[in-house]
Amino acid sequence: MLEEIIFAGFGGQGVLSLGQTLTYAGMVESREVCWMPSYGPEMRGGTANCAVSISDTPISSPILAKFDTAIILNNPSFEKFEPRIKSGGVLVYDSTNVTLKSTRKDITILAIPASEEANKLGNARMMGMILLGAYLSKRPVLKITSVTKALEKVLPERYHNLIPLNLKALEIGAGFAQ
Amino acid sequence: MGETLLMKGNETLAEAALRAGCEAYFGYPITPQSEVPEYLSEEMPKRGRIFLQAESEVASINMLYGAAGAGFKAMTTSSSPGISLMLEGISYIAAAELPCVIANVTRGGPGLGTIQPSQGDYFQAVKGGGHGDYHMIVLAPSTVQEIADLTYDAFDLCWKYRTPVMIMMDGALGQMMEKVTFKEYKEPVRDISWATRGKPANGDRRVITSLHIQPEEMERVNNKLQAKYTEIKKNEVRYETQNCDDADVVIVGFGLSARIGTKAMQMMREKGYKVGLMKPISLWPFPEKAIEDLSRRVKGFYVLELNAGQMIEDVRLANEGRAKVGKYNRYGGMIYSPDEVVEHLEPFCKELK
Repeated sequence: MLEEIIFAGFGGQGVLSLGQTLTYAGMVESREVCWMPSYGPEMRGGTANCAVSISDTPISSPILAKFDTAIILNNPSFEKFEPRIKSGGVLVYDSTNVTLKSTRKDITILAIPASEEANKLGNARMMGMILLGAYLSKRPVLKITSVTKALEKVLPERYHNLIPLNLKALEIGAGFAQ
Repeated sequence: MGETLLMKGNETLAEAALRAGCEAYFGYPITPQSEVPEYLSEEMPKRGRIFLQAESEVASINMLYGAAGAGFKAMTTSSSPGISLMLEGISYIAAAELPCVIANVTRGGPGLGTIQPSQGDYFQAVKGGGHGDYHMIVLAPSTVQEIADLTYDAFDLCWKYRTPVMIMMDGALGQMMEKVTFKEYKEPVRDISWATRGKPANGDRRVITSLHIQPEEMERVNNKLQAKYTEIKKNEVRYETQNCDDADVVIVGFGLSARIGTKAMQMMREKGYKVGLMKPISLWPFPEKAIEDLSRRVKGFYVLELNAGQMIEDVRLANEGRAKVGKYNRYGGMIYSPDEVVEHLEPFCKELK
């Protein structure tokens, strides 16, 4: 198994930490993992992205041209990465903020109103977890319980009270993917 | 073996230096390596060790010279333009035969350039950079685990040979996160009988200098250095190969290029081409014998570098015209993808089939 995923959005939307959470989840399951962030000018207000690889064998290139899955949070990232999803891959995006549409027939498309649902939950930052829940439900490369364990590692202890809310967000996302 | 952690390359370098017993760190912030001083500024004082943010890279390298001269385990880190500022000091340290670790988390140049990854400092690292006939041992990791392992090695090698050792990795390796397990560090016996820690009551005054005005004396110093470099070339060559046994074409790349090259190799194998990979780990001493041996049985080398073509000169020297040598390069902070490499490598392989 080798899954190559791109997370992309605006800087400050939590794209990098969302990717890190999935990377930790891969580690929880003793997989090989690699998290490669964009850094530099993009981080300073523009678009941010990170590529995550999860594999059963050592990971070769952290630099990728095409992805199995793209998790997209804004229009510029949609334009950039939607054409770079491998045939048979998955596109997950926040349809509250992304107004572009894909015409591709060779990929699975999950348009999830994640921001809207996160606001209903009372915490806009849950948007990423809703998308992650949708993705893992459609393509179960890792268990949801591994994500929960990862959150215990990624989140500082003072935020551990938010873990149940994160779980709820994952479930909401999974519900949309069904 | 300790716990498996998920860490950034830069943090791993810092943590490995701590575990290897680094007693003093001097540095000046520069992207993409600032996580190293950030990490050490927190951890060194806790252990009663020295962390000092100098006023410049010139100050950092000369503080390193001083700490090494007093017999302490010491390190500095920087990125390309900052390393350029240190070159005078590095030449002095090599001439004075002092042990220290210098890490270069490289970015795109020349000039102030870009903060994005590059391998444009190969010449500077292995061909001198500073003045005079000196060499540093240059180690190039390509995974976060290797950053940890080679940092231990760097501290040991610099003491074994009393010579500066450089860890050279591009900014992408510094920024990315992978799994890492820190092995238990075994402190080797260190001879500091030469260190300037005050005149011993019943011994001679100790002097560390790189100034020898008399040419006869300076030639003697050079002879000693050259003898040491011969010894290092004999003992410290490191490289790895994959799929080279049946290969027609061998990709040669270090650091990030070795990672991208590995995927390109796998993609080429799927297309039915017999492609292997050779990853130099010690850039100096360069694995010239390994290239020479391969050149007697492969049809071609394909040198992948994130620069305009620097290591390719060392490949050509060892190849001595036997195999065909091709190359693919991106630079200025741009990185080739495995697909892009395959696109350019395929016509090269076709021609040699």
